[in-house]
Amino acid sequence: MTAAPLYRLESVRQQYGGRVVLDIDRLEIGRGETLAVLGPSGSGKSTLLRLLQFLERPSAGRLWFDGQPAESEPPVDVRRRVTTVFQRPFVLTRSVRANLAFGLRVRGRADRPADIDRLLDALGLAALAHAPAHSLSGGEVQRVALARALAFDPEVLLLDEPTANLDPRNVRLVEDLIRDRRARGVTIVLATHQIFQARRLADRAALLLDGQVVEAGPAAQVLDHAADPRTRAFLSGDMVY
Amino acid sequence: MRESGTDVSDLLTEFRRPELLQIVALTLRVSGVALVLATVSGVPIGALLGLVRFRGQRLVTLLLYTGMGLPPVVVGLFVYLGLSNSGPFGSLGWLFTPTAMIVAQAIIAFPLVAGLTMTAVAGVDRAVRQQVFALGASRWQSAWTVVLEARVGVTAAIVAAFGGIISEVGAVMLVGGNIDGQTRVLTTAIVLYTRQGEFALAIALGLVLIAVAFGANVMLLRLQGRLGDR
Repeated sequence: MTAAPLYRLESVRQQYGGRVVLDIDRLEIGRGETLAVLGPSGSGKSTLLRLLQFLERPSAGRLWFDGQPAESEPPVDVRRRVTTVFQRPFVLTRSVRANLAFGLRVRGRADRPADIDRLLDALGLAALAHAPAHSLSGGEVQRVALARALAFDPEVLLLDEPTANLDPRNVRLVEDLIRDRRARGVTIVLATHQIFQARRLADRAALLLDGQVVEAGPAAQVLDHAADPRTRAFLSGDMVY
Repeated sequence: MRESGTDVSDLLTEFRRPELLQIVALTLRVSGVALVLATVSGVPIGALLGLVRFRGQRLVTLLLYTGMGLPPVVVGLFVYLGLSNSGPFGSLGWLFTPTAMIVAQAIIAFPLVAGLTMTAVAGVDRAVRQQVFALGASRWQSAWTVVLEARVGVTAAIVAAFGGIISEVGAVMLVGGNIDGQTRVLTTAIVLYTRQGEFALAIALGLVLIAVAFGANVMLLRLQGRLGDR
């Protein structure tokens, strides 16, 4: 990571009521890298993504995005460089196609039908283009949500368990698209508890336990030669906490 | 039906009365304009109340809910007092005109539109707002998208308000005066003709009122469907 990082977190703490859910001493996310954030359920992965999406302000600490402090809500044009595919994505009560066009419309950009068709096709959704999005299955909604996020070519893609509801064939479709964006230089933060997925997709990996970054580094190093015993325990499938 | 002095042929004759068209037109004009006024003010205010949190929100909510149950005749009374010669707005000369009826009906419709819109918008899952925000919507775009997501409830608010005002009689009777050819609407005409024993005409007007309400609701529901396709 030679260039200045895209995100920098210093002493970031997030608490709800009196409960500390995230307590990160230091974390940097480089431009164009794919960072896998690993950890069991409740370890703070989704909270971290909400901070990176500027949906929440940290209770304490400093957060920089592209060199600018981002503890308060950044201007809309800065926000628009980042998008999230949530673990339980919500589709608007419109057609699948209209859902895909939403991000373009709010940016005042024309939705090119050919681009939308290509995305629908890549995710196996072509036949559902005109279906009401709220009538889809969980797996279909998850793919629509990913296609909707990719439609406006975000610079940063935050993915929260993007393949949680998918069968193996669709997992491959989604991972192919993630790889494609990674190759195009999109910065990706992938929150997952699937170690093999992290191995397949990530440049770097970070393990979150109880809201703290236990270990972070190149994916191969963290996943294959973990230094921290808690990381090794998590990777070997033992219950950590 | 013969015993009550009314049969189907009487009804058909009444449908051809020339003043019927005038009464229907005035009814639609008064309730239509009142509904538009209540909608353009009530939907944004209701949406705002459903979207933001502020001090005193419970009190405002309570007042709106109380307003939803206001008896039309009480609204009519206050509008009458306000527009009468000795009232603060007496100089406008609106009393016993369709304008006074529009004012009264807009006041009756407003809390219905705003209150039910507020409930519908507040009922949209918070996660939808986060999702829309994360897709790059500005604050206004987010708010508008949430209102669109609540469109079934918002349309129901407008439909309920329309049903409330087109069928009310107390307020328009008081502030309009039921003047033949000037301020007579379907409900006040029904009251008058029932009192006069002209049951065939009263029933005909009642059927027209139901048909008008049905037609207006069909239009509103079609609008709702069209918004849903966007």
